[in-house]
Amino acid sequence: MGRRWQTMRRKRYFGRGTLFLLAAFFAIAFLLPTVLTITNSFMSQTELTANYGQVFSGLNNSKSYMAERINLQFIPDKVTLQQYATVLLKSPDYLLKFWNSVILVVPIVLGQVGIAALAAYSLTRYRGRARNVIFFLYVILMLMPYQVMLVPNRLVAEWTNLLDTRWAIILPGVFAPFSVFLLTKFMRRIPAALIEAALLDGASEWRIFTRVCLPQCRSALYSIAILVFIDYWNMVEQPIILLPDTAKQPLSVYLSTINAGEVGLAFAVATIYMVPSLLLFLHGEEYLVEGITHSGSVKG
Amino acid sequence: MKQISKKTIKPQKRHALPRLFRGHVSRDRLVSIAMFWPSLLGVTVFFIIPFLVVCYYAVINNPIQHEFVFLKNFADLLQNSSFRLAAKNTLTFSAVAVPLAVSLALLLALVLEARIPLKSQFRTFFLSPMMVPVASIVLIWQVLFHYNGAVNDWLAIFGVAKIDWLKSEYNQLVVVLLFLWKNLGYNMILFMAGLSNIPRDLLEVAEVEGATPFFKFWHIKLRFLSPTILFVTILSLINSFKVFREIYLLTGDYPYEGLYMLQHFMNNNFASLDYQRLSAAALLMAVVMVVLIAILFVAEDKLGKDVEG
Repeated sequence: MGRRWQTMRRKRYFGRGTLFLLAAFFAIAFLLPTVLTITNSFMSQTELTANYGQVFSGLNNSKSYMAERINLQFIPDKVTLQQYATVLLKSPDYLLKFWNSVILVVPIVLGQVGIAALAAYSLTRYRGRARNVIFFLYVILMLMPYQVMLVPNRLVAEWTNLLDTRWAIILPGVFAPFSVFLLTKFMRRIPAALIEAALLDGASEWRIFTRVCLPQCRSALYSIAILVFIDYWNMVEQPIILLPDTAKQPLSVYLSTINAGEVGLAFAVATIYMVPSLLLFLHGEEYLVEGITHSGSVKG
Repeated sequence: MKQISKKTIKPQKRHALPRLFRGHVSRDRLVSIAMFWPSLLGVTVFFIIPFLVVCYYAVINNPIQHEFVFLKNFADLLQNSSFRLAAKNTLTFSAVAVPLAVSLALLLALVLEARIPLKSQFRTFFLSPMMVPVASIVLIWQVLFHYNGAVNDWLAIFGVAKIDWLKSEYNQLVVVLLFLWKNLGYNMILFMAGLSNIPRDLLEVAEVEGATPFFKFWHIKLRFLSPTILFVTILSLINSFKVFREIYLLTGDYPYEGLYMLQHFMNNNFASLDYQRLSAAALLMAVVMVVLIAILFVAEDKLGKDVEG
């Protein structure tokens, strides 16, 4: 008996070890691109050209030294902030694009969450047949890929003369149904007794909304804001179609057009671009997980 | 609604007219309905009305003559060689990427369910790619998968010959990896939520009865996870249609043939402003999506009830 127990335990430890190794493998694979981008942003231009020159040398035939092989460097030979200094002080282009991203994404996040809070409250309080129809419609719209929704968006932008202005992206973003969908599911979990008590106390709907409902879903609002933020911080399709003016395009599009001479800068800019979303992630991981968990079913 | 005060709200009955048109609507009710209007108005103006126009554009010959041609645009579209290529590539990509996205995410969720050290750290690591903008990591992706790049060096250790990842038919594989990198975390969280919903006592009983881990996985966990699996599958399918973003950032406007996706097709037609073709394509895709979503709803209903009952 004792021996059998021992082998079983050994087996279990063995199994756990394998699982740990598996997890470690995936963790390394998942972290590698991010970590490499960050560490490489501290490399000097000469070192970068020497290591990766080949990859980005399509455009110019610079005479600087270039290795035959590509040297993947985890840690730069010489850590320098040179690239950051150039980006922040000498090349306003990147900062401008960064700012473009900010003024597109911030209004979308605030607007979408704000309008969704109103709509979701209404959907929670109103339980008619129309509610289910509307909810279904929103789910369908939410799940449509860009290829489908960009054609209507482009049409509206042309009718309203908004094409090539930031509003062409902001307005459809503000009314995107995703937040309404998710927030409705969060709000349904507010205990009915709470709203009932407020009603008995003679509170108006608006008062219940601002004083009972919103404080109750503060964390939900945060998690939805994170999800919306990352979606739009990462946008590529909408600017290409709705905002062809490259001067107004966000950094997410511009980063891919970087040419050979600026590889060093590109890593620094890429890192700067990650910072807002990574900070949000580190601060709000629990909320993010909560948000994803609640998106896990299409039913209202 | 019944559990909310009976003083202010009458019991619900089925009426022919929506509440708004029936009179005797309390002020509060009006307020709560009015709160929905900003959203509904925006959705109507920015999505529904233009989408109806898209449907109309899809069945006329051109925006000047407005002649009704019924399915001609669709027939033309299906004849179009670049549309066929794009559709084929997109479907091939989905067929490879979606099963991997589902099964690997489930694997990760199961790994994190086991009692291993550093569990919460692993979850953070797996989830982190979701928060990293693709634009930020395409540079390193190009370095890794270059002909003389790191991946080929690593593979050389195992005696694999050099592959020109981005410029050969392997480029779909590179994009599949990028897709998995980006999406596995999200799917994993959904599976973790699904796993935590499995009744503990059922698993304990199975344990006492001497069920093997395999039996527990196959007959209990998978069964309870079936709605989640379905949801994750459809979500991944939708996300796989969005992979244009990764490809665009990796290869630019004109990718190699294997990576020419539906969104590239749309982009090129936006450039030439061929709204008939665009509308037909959008409508066709919308129909496919609605069918998928309908399957999702019905199946969730069935499977969900199955498990609950």
